[in-house]
Amino acid sequence: MLEAVALTCVRGGRLLFRDLSFGVEPGCILWVCGHNGSGKTSLLRLLCGLAHPATGVVRWNGSEIHREREEFQKELVYLGHLNALKDDLTPGENLGFVLQQPGAAPAIARQLRERGLAMYLDLPTRVLSQGQKRRVALTRLALSRARKLWVLDEPFAALDAPAIEDLTQLITAQARAGGMVVLTSHQEVGLGDVPVTRLRLAGGSLPQ
Amino acid sequence: MNDSSVLRAFSAVLRRDLLLAMRRRADVLTTFFFFVMVVSLFPLGVGPEPGTLRTIAPGVIWVAALMASMLALGRLFAVDFADGTLEQMLLTPAPLAILVMAKVLAHWLVAELPLVLMAPLLGLQFDVPNDVVLVLLGSLLLGTPTLSLLGAIGAALTLGVRGGGALLSLLILPLCVPVLIFGAGAATALATGHSAHAQLSLLAGFFLVALVLAPLGAAAALRIALE
Repeated sequence: MLEAVALTCVRGGRLLFRDLSFGVEPGCILWVCGHNGSGKTSLLRLLCGLAHPATGVVRWNGSEIHREREEFQKELVYLGHLNALKDDLTPGENLGFVLQQPGAAPAIARQLRERGLAMYLDLPTRVLSQGQKRRVALTRLALSRARKLWVLDEPFAALDAPAIEDLTQLITAQARAGGMVVLTSHQEVGLGDVPVTRLRLAGGSLPQ
Repeated sequence: MNDSSVLRAFSAVLRRDLLLAMRRRADVLTTFFFFVMVVSLFPLGVGPEPGTLRTIAPGVIWVAALMASMLALGRLFAVDFADGTLEQMLLTPAPLAILVMAKVLAHWLVAELPLVLMAPLLGLQFDVPNDVVLVLLGSLLLGTPTLSLLGAIGAALTLGVRGGGALLSLLILPLCVPVLIFGAGAATALATGHSAHAQLSLLAGFFLVALVLAPLGAAAALRIALE
């Protein structure tokens, strides 16, 4: 499981949150809420180990993530605001390089077709619209079901209704299979009967 | 993490960067022609006196290679930083230093190796004797990887900084001075009737030290840049 103990985050001299503690159990979803600038993305980056908290630790299965970095990152999928797609590569090539699984190409092509991207398989990602690029990035989730922890920053942004439906299915399926999902979103999305914990960041006060 | 998955991560980054270079040939060609132009301007500017040209040839070719290398280094991490690929690289289980090494190797193959291979031809413009050309080629082969490795540290340190290109040169050029001295010195030594062994051995030594330390330094700088 993922545990955060007494996290404090300061960005640009501003205290975003202090002494924040929570845990995410297998099969659970943590929904981080809060207005713009309340520190949602900063929290997610702390949880991934991309940034270090001012105080506190993040633990994965009982050990600190920076100490057992490799074990942790094997189980992690992080999707940030940036799609991490190369404009000059095709969607399939992009996903292939991220996944690094030999022989994954047919599975990647199949998943992209299922997401309505069949016409774009041989085109550079440059020609895709913002929402389509987001879909390509999110296709990675369908191919990363074996990874236990998904950390998703605004995954529903720029998606149309069918894509949102597809993504909620991926997320709930992941939770039902015993995975953990941490996400932020301003949109209200129904996640069925999966236990969802909401974490509200009030954020933005000055350090005392 | 076993050896095969580290190797797989290394080759994935290498193949991706080579493929991207193939799709964006303009970037590669700019560096190449910059090098060719700068070197070719010297015989025109200095004049056709063969003695002078022969003396300055190794230095001119080395300095031009250094400049061309700086030109291309700004892009080493900047594009990956902007599109989020770097974030994902940091979250790969493979050690970041290994991935940095793959990126540097790709950069060297694409941006530096063509310059090195072009150098003998450019040497003709300076009337450089054949044996000196060979030593020049050898010194460039040993020295330019060190330039790429040192440059990777600078590129990582200046990531996200406005006007990073000029800052990169200011940071890295002083560190390249020993490579330049012994690189150009190897050819000069042979031209003046001495052996170039000492210089070439030193260049190989620089390369090995940089190969071990530079990726670690660049990886640390990348982690700081993304924090």
